[in-house]
Amino acid sequence: MKLTLKVWRQKNANDKGHFDTFSVEANEHMSFLEMMDVLNETLISEGKEPVAFEHDCREGICGTCNMVIDGRPHGPVQGTTTCQVHMRHYKDGDTIVIEPWRANSFPVIKDLVVDRTSFDRIIQAGGYISINTGQAQDGNAIAIEKDQASSAMDAAECIGCGACVAACPNASAMLFTSAKISHLAQMPQGQIEHSQRVQAMVKQMDEEGFGMCSNTGACEVECPKEISIENIARMNRSYIGSVLGSDKSV
Amino acid sequence: MNLDPKIPAGELDEKWTKFRSTMNLVAPNNKRRIDIIVVGTGLAGASAASTLAELGYNVKAFTFHDSPRRAHSIAAQGGINAAKNYQNDGDSVYRLFYDTIKGGDYRSREANVHRLAEVSRNIIDQAVAQGVPFAREYGGLLANRSFGGVQVSRTFYARGQTGQQLLLGAYQSLSRQIALGNVEMFNRHEMLDLVKIDGKARGIITRNLLTGKLERHAAHCVVLATGGYGNVFYLSTNAMNSNVTAAWRAVKRGALMANPCYTQIHPTCIPQSGEYQSKLTLMSESLRNDGRVWVPAKKEDAAAIREGKKTALDIPEADRDYYLERRYPAFGNLVPRDVASRAAKVECDKGHGIVRTGLGVYLDFSNAIQRYGKSAAHTDGDHNPSADTIKTLGEAVIKEKYGNLFQIYEKISGENPYKMPMKIYPAVHYTMGGLWVDYNLETNVPGLFALGEANFSDHGANRLGASALMQGLADGYFVIPYTIGQFLSGEIRTPKISPDAPEFAAAEKATQEKLNKLMNVKGKQSVESFHRRLGKIMWEYCGMSRNAEGLKKARQMVRDLRDEFWSDVFVPGSLEDYNPEVEKAGRVADFLELGETMILDALDREESCGGHFREEHKTEEGEALRRDEEYAYAAAWEWDDQNPIVHKEQLEFKNVELKTRSYK
Repeated sequence: MKLTLKVWRQKNANDKGHFDTFSVEANEHMSFLEMMDVLNETLISEGKEPVAFEHDCREGICGTCNMVIDGRPHGPVQGTTTCQVHMRHYKDGDTIVIEPWRANSFPVIKDLVVDRTSFDRIIQAGGYISINTGQAQDGNAIAIEKDQASSAMDAAECIGCGACVAACPNASAMLFTSAKISHLAQMPQGQIEHSQRVQAMVKQMDEEGFGMCSNTGACEVECPKEISIENIARMNRSYIGSVLGSDKSV
Repeated sequence: MNLDPKIPAGELDEKWTKFRSTMNLVAPNNKRRIDIIVVGTGLAGASAASTLAELGYNVKAFTFHDSPRRAHSIAAQGGINAAKNYQNDGDSVYRLFYDTIKGGDYRSREANVHRLAEVSRNIIDQAVAQGVPFAREYGGLLANRSFGGVQVSRTFYARGQTGQQLLLGAYQSLSRQIALGNVEMFNRHEMLDLVKIDGKARGIITRNLLTGKLERHAAHCVVLATGGYGNVFYLSTNAMNSNVTAAWRAVKRGALMANPCYTQIHPTCIPQSGEYQSKLTLMSESLRNDGRVWVPAKKEDAAAIREGKKTALDIPEADRDYYLERRYPAFGNLVPRDVASRAAKVECDKGHGIVRTGLGVYLDFSNAIQRYGKSAAHTDGDHNPSADTIKTLGEAVIKEKYGNLFQIYEKISGENPYKMPMKIYPAVHYTMGGLWVDYNLETNVPGLFALGEANFSDHGANRLGASALMQGLADGYFVIPYTIGQFLSGEIRTPKISPDAPEFAAAEKATQEKLNKLMNVKGKQSVESFHRRLGKIMWEYCGMSRNAEGLKKARQMVRDLRDEFWSDVFVPGSLEDYNPEVEKAGRVADFLELGETMILDALDREESCGGHFREEHKTEEGEALRRDEEYAYAAAWEWDDQNPIVHKEQLEFKNVELKTRSYK
């Protein structure tokens, strides 16, 4: 199939950026990124600079790949990262518009590559359980109800890709932040620090410049791991409880 | 060169305990003055960096990724082994040790493997305490499943994302230490050289991947946790950016690469679909708990399937050859990976393959769906369920166990694996070889340590499923924090290492020159095209089966390709900014040298063992034939541009009897 690609090109964070148009020959068995590989091989063979994009595992788990495809983070397929979109979802003659995540807190590094270290800083603010190596008791010492462990796992599946931010009209990181809070809150080991954690992580999220949640639900729709916005509700409830119900503030 | 493994004296099961209790320590006030560099932030690197920081050392951690959470450990699916014996099924530290030694085809070091089995139990406790949401039983306790090559159920898991959850646990620990200021984190930094001063590892040269700037980082010692080199094959289940560069640059500074020919070919991956393919995707070994591997018994059926005239569903039960169950009745579909992979190749070579290319077999869940369906109906009180009910309930159970794997399969292949058996074929997955290390995980370069997949020590010639996560975390959480003291206790009077030392300047200059050389070739062929060609040579001649003639031919081909690379590669863009092509070019240059060393190692090893199958050495039934008298050694290679040199560490087996591995 012959496709027309309109790809965002931007030299660095200060560059204004523009779209370049390319045509590329693909087939239906290729993954979306393999189609991009074909484009880049062609550009290199013509002595031109390839389109910079990030990717690594190409199995949908590392969270590295990040393209807004025709206006949708990770493209047209529900619950799927960019690397797992296959070209059988397109047909000959299609035009595809490819952009980076767009959010002030994810500055563009080059073309489709953005800086997501703000997510790391949110985790560093409290997205952990404070235990040193060697301090643990036996793994079976605390029983955890199966469904509760499973619900914690639902939240823990977040891959930190940032599609939730890219999808949100406010560039809010509440789905990402709440997924970690919610994962740890549902494990008995995580409850001790819960109240402090929620304040610290929300504070960091705000300092990074992410927007507020206005319940559009776009994050949940575009999340490749289909993380539920129930986590945001849980975070909000905990946050209010923590701020009003505790004499400790972060 | 004398390779002293430094195995502590004493009985096997007391070595680690005694050694730990008597080894040299570094006092807390001295730890504060000691700097440690950790390269790589996967399971081994992140766990080591955070634990060393907790102990009080100053840690600098490096990753080429944009975040430590992206390391390829994240893609491990099935689980992590531990000798907990929670299932009361006869497991023990000794049994895990024995299974690992046997699974590795008697080519690993007894003392290291026993220590691994001992600390395996602590890992589970640690991960649970970090909040890792492992799968649980209805009673709330931890669930287990089985993996290949063992007859107990000792694998802990978090759905099909065990690696992700364990890595996030380690990443969160690391994040805490970063927040506390105990770890200085360098994202998007690639190690390009090792700096030695007076023979000791004292620092690294890195390239800032955003600015292209070379930087010097000094420390009292250097820990490499930089993963495996499976991407030398181009197509593998490794992430696209996984590479050997950090380890290889250490080799070029005198570290030894041990057993590079031991490559794990994983039996259950999604078959290749075309030439443009960039990587292969693994389907977890855990699927072999419930999936049955088969090919059509009749070649004409296989041909009809390849031509699209028939499907798996058209083949009656009697005409299906469940070849693993037939050949290995004791272990059946759960034979170790090397055995399962070779068996698939044998069937496909005979003409029974079921995908267009001829390279594919079935992994079928229909039996399991029936079995689970009936059981679920029974639990619901329906003692006479309809076929539809059984199917619906059975599929629900399978979905709960393997849902995300089935989803990945469907996304890639476009076929529904609940209705149609999966199509699978072996692919490169893991490398047992790696930097030679002694019992302290120290390489032959004093002060240079290697952890996880980057070292060679624990898996011998074949790794058992769910043991990579175990080894990575064992090394990082529970081994290196102790053993590093053996070296550092001698360094408490060493002042801060200065990056202004002439050795740093020289290493930086050499690195810059190498980069310039790459850019200045200005040839016509892309880095990617060289990588693909190297991969094809390696897979063809140094893949699932090898022979002397092919290996000799391959060595010449790789050398020629290396010459061609340095005279005709084209690296676009500049060195002064973000440029992934520069990164790739350096990595492929290193793979070209490593590839030759792998071939030499495979040539040297005139026997078949684990993942290394030499066609000249097999039993009448086609199984691997070891030659313990001559080859019970670890081969550690010293790089030389013309003729790499092999050094040998004789492996001593005092606690297990060397037997022909049998899974029949």
